[in-house]
Amino acid sequence: MNHDIKAGSYLDAPHGIASWLLTKDHKRIALLYLISITVFFIIGGIFAAGIRTELMTPEGDLFTADMYNKVFTLHGVVMIFFFLIPSIPATLGNFLVPIMCGAKDLAFPRINLLSWYLYVAGASLTIGAVALGGVDTGWTFYTPYSSMASNTNVTLAALGVFIAGFSSILTGFNFIVTIHRMRAPGLTWFRMPLFLWAHYATSLVMILGTPVVAITILLVGAERALGFAIFDPRVGGDPVLFQHLFWFYSHPAVYIMILPAMGVISELVAAVSRKQIFGYSFVAYSSLAIAIIGFLVWGHHMFVSSQSIYAGLVFSIITMIVAVPSAVKTFNWTATMYKGSITWDSPTYWVLGFMGLFLIGGLTGLFLGTMGLDVHLHDTYFVVAHFHYIMVGGGVMGFLGGVHFWWPKMTGRIYPETAGKIAAVLVFVGFNLTFFPQFVVGYLGMPRRYHAYPEEFQILNVLSTGGAAVLGAGYLLILAYLVASFFKPRNAPANPWGATGLEWDIPSPPTTFNFEHDPVVTEDAYDYVGRARKAREN
Amino acid sequence: MENPNAPHEHHPALQHHFHSMAQQLEASVLGMWVFLVTEVMFFGGLFMAYILYRSLYPDAWLAGSQELDEFLGGLNTVVLICSSLTMALAVRAAQVGSRKGQIVNLILTIVFGTVFLVVKYFEYAKKFEHHLVPGAHFDPARDPAQQLYFSLYFMMTGVHALHMVVGIGLMLVMLHMAWKGRFSAEYFAPVEISGLYWHFVDIVWIFLFPLLYLIGKHH
Repeated sequence: MNHDIKAGSYLDAPHGIASWLLTKDHKRIALLYLISITVFFIIGGIFAAGIRTELMTPEGDLFTADMYNKVFTLHGVVMIFFFLIPSIPATLGNFLVPIMCGAKDLAFPRINLLSWYLYVAGASLTIGAVALGGVDTGWTFYTPYSSMASNTNVTLAALGVFIAGFSSILTGFNFIVTIHRMRAPGLTWFRMPLFLWAHYATSLVMILGTPVVAITILLVGAERALGFAIFDPRVGGDPVLFQHLFWFYSHPAVYIMILPAMGVISELVAAVSRKQIFGYSFVAYSSLAIAIIGFLVWGHHMFVSSQSIYAGLVFSIITMIVAVPSAVKTFNWTATMYKGSITWDSPTYWVLGFMGLFLIGGLTGLFLGTMGLDVHLHDTYFVVAHFHYIMVGGGVMGFLGGVHFWWPKMTGRIYPETAGKIAAVLVFVGFNLTFFPQFVVGYLGMPRRYHAYPEEFQILNVLSTGGAAVLGAGYLLILAYLVASFFKPRNAPANPWGATGLEWDIPSPPTTFNFEHDPVVTEDAYDYVGRARKAREN
Repeated sequence: MENPNAPHEHHPALQHHFHSMAQQLEASVLGMWVFLVTEVMFFGGLFMAYILYRSLYPDAWLAGSQELDEFLGGLNTVVLICSSLTMALAVRAAQVGSRKGQIVNLILTIVFGTVFLVVKYFEYAKKFEHHLVPGAHFDPARDPAQQLYFSLYFMMTGVHALHMVVGIGLMLVMLHMAWKGRFSAEYFAPVEISGLYWHFVDIVWIFLFPLLYLIGKHH
């Protein structure tokens, strides 16, 4: 490697705290986001540890019922709005979308920085709400409890979520314009890495869904702060309207969490199999299909909320349909690995972990999308297990897989491979041990959101808590060796995995303007076979 | 389409990450349209609530609408349509590089926008006097469902008025830039996209006016 180029890396120049806090460089903003979301992942994790500790015994002995309400509310609010929603798009997406497009930066670098500041402002307000005594509405802020009954800091926490929503909108908005207008010559839509397709689809959900939850939260705020009546049943208002508006965003929000992870996995699966992805255009279109159909399924959260059964029937059918593009992706990833030259690097472990967990999460989603079965499973731990399999088993595994894959590119450092593999196994085992018993205990009828439960559920809950400890150890191990890698020399090669893609043709870490010469793209994405042929000919 | 590999035309307003002024303009305009899509969805939530409650409580909607002054609402509609005209003329003036035309039309746009907000202020004041503001002071003799109507009235027109305030702020920035002679046939993207925003805010009012003021006025 040429060390002169490394000296000009984006990490080095310019120097100083202000140069980071006022940076317009998408790569630095990605790192700012990475640090902030890690802080919130730890905060959310501490609340999760509180929940699991309370549930080790059937009695509500650690927290009072009121305190427990706050703990699970804050776990949900922090993890969803301040970790999962920004996780991949704001870190890996921010870093990679311009580079994969062959551009010097996102279309609107200042707005990108504004997005991070909005995130920090929103997060600070929510943390302020925690400091003032917490919130107890659940992350869903359901009315009329949130608007009329709760005497906790709902307005402040909701304002934090409202503001953080705009940071998400601005990220999506920036990606859409960048992908449309800033692609390098030769980079046609169907030569784009699938990571870009996934982020394009995610951005559509961000810009179409987030404004709706923003106005909904504003309406709840107007009820609480100004005494307005929008969802107030005393004057004929309809609390179920809140649920419709809320889930119109918050169901698609699940796709904001999973689609970028799918994009990451598409990159990784091709790289670790040394093959062109199987059925490229199907995987690309399935991202768009998930984004679009995902907007038409929100009613499956409301099968028992007085929604008409005919509406429920339609939502149930569309829920089945949205599983199809997810299945298309899963089949195509598997087919990509079939007869591939699979390398057993640490990213491979995350790919396999993701596929196993996402499969279980996706299939149990069909249980819940079936109206009759949902009446039995609604608001039980089955639901909790299902969405953790998607959001943590899918979203977080994808995020960590991506972090491991692109870490050398982002930081110029190498982490110890063995530790990476051990962590992946720990997370996979710990995760399953935490959440698989919850499917069972939920199916047996244990409701979510209570701090006490009948004694016969204890064994499954103890298993779950033990699994959470293993899972936590896995996460801490990752944190430890990634932080430790910063104290090592910056000696990562430009392309440690032998992967294709514009980001691997530039130094690790990249220079401030990414490319020395504006790239011209002449080949399809994932042309591993073509590259190998060229290498042989040379 | 312009060759993206062409050497940079070193216009002072060209940002480093764009290849050409044309690419920069295209990105800005697309960016504003995408932003306006988010605005449509933002107002969409309010319109959804309006549709539901108007279908549930048609009488409360009729009675609530009677309390609005359709003359003032109509006046404001005319004022905003005029402001859209001056806005369009300001964009045209920027494209042909007429500094005087930009300044005159931007000032007129700001004046029309301000007139709108002043009229709105007097309308709001009247609602307070007549105990039509939802909450504890709402006229107890009225059907409580009218609180839904007036809550939505204040939220919809209030959020719209907030957009007007932002728009006037944008116009002041544009006026400052026009005063300094920044805009030319090569560089007019800021006026162009501020104009898109302004027209969008006007169009929202074109929907709000009949939905809120003109219920039952056809017979």
